Amino acid sequence: MATAPQSQPIRDAVVIGGNRIPFARANSAYTGASNQDMLTAALDGLVARFGLQDERIGEVAAGAVLKHSRDFNLTREAVLGSALSPETPVYDLQQACATGLETVIGLANKIKLGQIESAVAGGVDSASDAPIAVSEGLRTVLLELGRARSTKQKLAALARLRPRDLAPHAPSTAEPRTGLSMGEHQALTTAAWKITREAQDELALASHANLAAAYGRGFFDDLITPYRGQLRDGNLRPDTSLEKLAKLQPVFGKSLGEEATMTAGNSTPLTDGASAVLLGSEDYARRNDLPMLARVVDAEAAAVDFVHGREGLLMAPAYAVPRLLERNGLSLPDFDFVEIHEAFAGTVLCHLAAWESEEFCRNKLGLDSPLGSVDRNRLNVAGSSLAAGHPFAATGGRIVATLAKLLHEQAGAEGRRGRGLISICAAGGQGVAAILEAC
Amino acid sequence: MATAQDSYLNLVSHPVAREIAGRFGLPRPAVLRRYRPGEPLLPGPVLVLGGSGADALAGPLPDLGLQIRRQAAHGERLGAIVAVLDEVAGPADLAASALAVGAALRELAPGGRIVTVSRQACETLPPAAAAARQGVEGLLRSLARELRGGATGNGILLGDGVDVDAPGVTGALRFLLSARSAYVDGQFLLVGSTDGQPAAEPERPLAGHTAVVTGAARGIGAAIAEVLRRDGADVVVVDVPAAGEQLAAVANRIGGTALQLDITRPDAGARIIEQAGRHGRIDIVVHNAGITRDKLLANMDAERWDAVLEVNLAAPLRLNEALLASNLLGPAPRIVCLASTSGIAGNRGQTNYAASKAGIIGMVRSSAPLLAARGGTINAVAPGFIETEMTARMPAAARQVARRLLPSLQQGGLPRDVAEAVAFLSGGAAAGINGQTLRVCGQSLVGA
Repeated sequence: MATAPQSQPIRDAVVIGGNRIPFARANSAYTGASNQDMLTAALDGLVARFGLQDERIGEVAAGAVLKHSRDFNLTREAVLGSALSPETPVYDLQQACATGLETVIGLANKIKLGQIESAVAGGVDSASDAPIAVSEGLRTVLLELGRARSTKQKLAALARLRPRDLAPHAPSTAEPRTGLSMGEHQALTTAAWKITREAQDELALASHANLAAAYGRGFFDDLITPYRGQLRDGNLRPDTSLEKLAKLQPVFGKSLGEEATMTAGNSTPLTDGASAVLLGSEDYARRNDLPMLARVVDAEAAAVDFVHGREGLLMAPAYAVPRLLERNGLSLPDFDFVEIHEAFAGTVLCHLAAWESEEFCRNKLGLDSPLGSVDRNRLNVAGSSLAAGHPFAATGGRIVATLAKLLHEQAGAEGRRGRGLISICAAGGQGVAAILEAC
Repeated sequence: MATAQDSYLNLVSHPVAREIAGRFGLPRPAVLRRYRPGEPLLPGPVLVLGGSGADALAGPLPDLGLQIRRQAAHGERLGAIVAVLDEVAGPADLAASALAVGAALRELAPGGRIVTVSRQACETLPPAAAAARQGVEGLLRSLARELRGGATGNGILLGDGVDVDAPGVTGALRFLLSARSAYVDGQFLLVGSTDGQPAAEPERPLAGHTAVVTGAARGIGAAIAEVLRRDGADVVVVDVPAAGEQLAAVANRIGGTALQLDITRPDAGARIIEQAGRHGRIDIVVHNAGITRDKLLANMDAERWDAVLEVNLAAPLRLNEALLASNLLGPAPRIVCLASTSGIAGNRGQTNYAASKAGIIGMVRSSAPLLAARGGTINAVAPGFIETEMTARMPAAARQVARRLLPSLQQGGLPRDVAEAVAFLSGGAAAGINGQTLRVCGQSLVGA
């Protein structure tokens, strides 16, 4: 496969299509399936959809947030187990919940530069098959044992073992520097922005309704391949209602007492799943008779100082999006679709409130006026993480493929090139945003 | 390919068990000769019986790698006996050929073939000629029931103006002689036109063609996809989204593309045209998707009735309309539909299914001129008892009767037997066959 000479201008990278397995709530349908199993299934579904059997893809990148140490080459192993050519080069990437989106951005950039012609971006996570580590005490003793030469040294190492060292360490969503879980962090931010319980429940309801409607019209027929008998996202509750959501007890921010608003209904559950997105140059797509759904236009990452309390943990996208818009000379009404990852309903609503706030936009973003409002009719129109679930690294691929198809559908129906915005928050106070445009 | 097991057939394949079965008068089904690329067409030479028609028919046969005999040589095992009866004009003309075939029967090798070639009996003929021509069908069908050792008997009917050396006749003969027709028995193929040409690559007759197969996630549909791919086609496999996991596995096994689609959706035609159209054009469409919702008619509800008619009949009708209206059909399009012997002979508890499958036979007959106008054909294949997940769920006794007692071949067919017939009708060699329904049933229908 020839690569473009360096003197050529940067070319377009397009989203050709995507595939994911239905997302399943942790400890349900995919109990016993490893990250590698699920990522392989997502890749194989993509290969089947686009006839990529035995093809050497330019590069595949994917990752997982909860990762066993044995999975040091997770994506490469998945590719070797898939129907793709074993000569396909691969790398793993990890950027918490932004992993999936970041693989799309990185690979799209390589395509734009002419380094590769085709790529598969993806992500996977299993909360059911989470890695469990030994305690720091036991680990120290085991390493010491390995180094010990004499019986005396071995006994000395073992003697340092304490009963409490035998307790296993399961991963948690707690931030290492604050000890607070992601939900507790968001609860503080949600309260600070005075986001109401009702507003959060309404957003959750819209997510379920939109996802159910998208299934109903066959929207996911070419975006999802069933896996292990799971045909649809297991978290979807098509028949939920504001009344049902209102009955749920708060699970985060309980220390806020009466002001606690975050429930299991307006927060994402722990989820298992995997996704993959096929990217290529326009030339690659044409040569292989493949569709072109949307161009990957630009992307921006941001990070905030949540450790010292200067900003909420999940507020980084509120910074990434304005910077991205400014660089591209765009404003919020320029987007036909806005995809904001629903880590919690409160997260989305805090971002929207921040962009509408004159104070935030002036003091934090340095803007003369508020960034503006997002038309709710353009927000997460095919459902998002509250309904679909959120297998951390797989969410980016879900959103990119969904948005690209939405843009393509609209272009077909209305004959114009629409634009879509993606915003994903991530652990560690990070956030990534990207722009897609219909082909 | 996973198929249901016929353990009795496996058992009597063993010589001792075969001997015991014979002593007790139990059926002794033979393991059928099935196609493997590269193998000779027949296990021995072809005896071609008849007059000047036989000379004309035998002309192209050496090109197929066949040795021709015009007279039986004592002690030589024959791969096939072809009786050319194209000139029978009255009942007395049947005897010579019938008895000559009978005299050579003992030399027919296991897995051998009998093929008659005769003219179609039509209404405009003098009664005596029509009687003689129709008589060939009875002769052949009964003879097929007398054959053992996996041998089969089938006939080729020549339509008006079609001679024995027409390419379509050679193509049909090649199929019937070959192991591809293993489970086709007691059937007649009508060659109605002089169209057709031998494939450039006989082992990959569908090379360069794009095929769409519905209901391809498992069973017969998956086998059709595999055989079309083996014969060289680019295959788009279609099945409902719920079967997507198996469908993807089929696509990846054969190197095709998967389209998850409920064919009863109003936009199904457009979706198929969009996906398959990426290959530039659509040459072959196989309407295989089908469901059963069995109930005695007294207990039938609208839901069961409608679901079966919608999937099995209404959807293919709509898809054909959409395809014929599109500009993506190739220059010689082939449509092959799956009918069923239930639609021909009826089956208790299957009024809805049989209505849909008989409907397919009618659709195919009536659509033939439409396709002919586009240089193409539309035909149906009617499977009998095929060993699939679906028939594995039949009650054991009914399954044994369907397998053992009804078909001349004393066994069920395999999904690939149906697939071979579909692939034959999808190829250039079958260009002269249009509007027909070919049964792949091991001659399981009584009478008819």
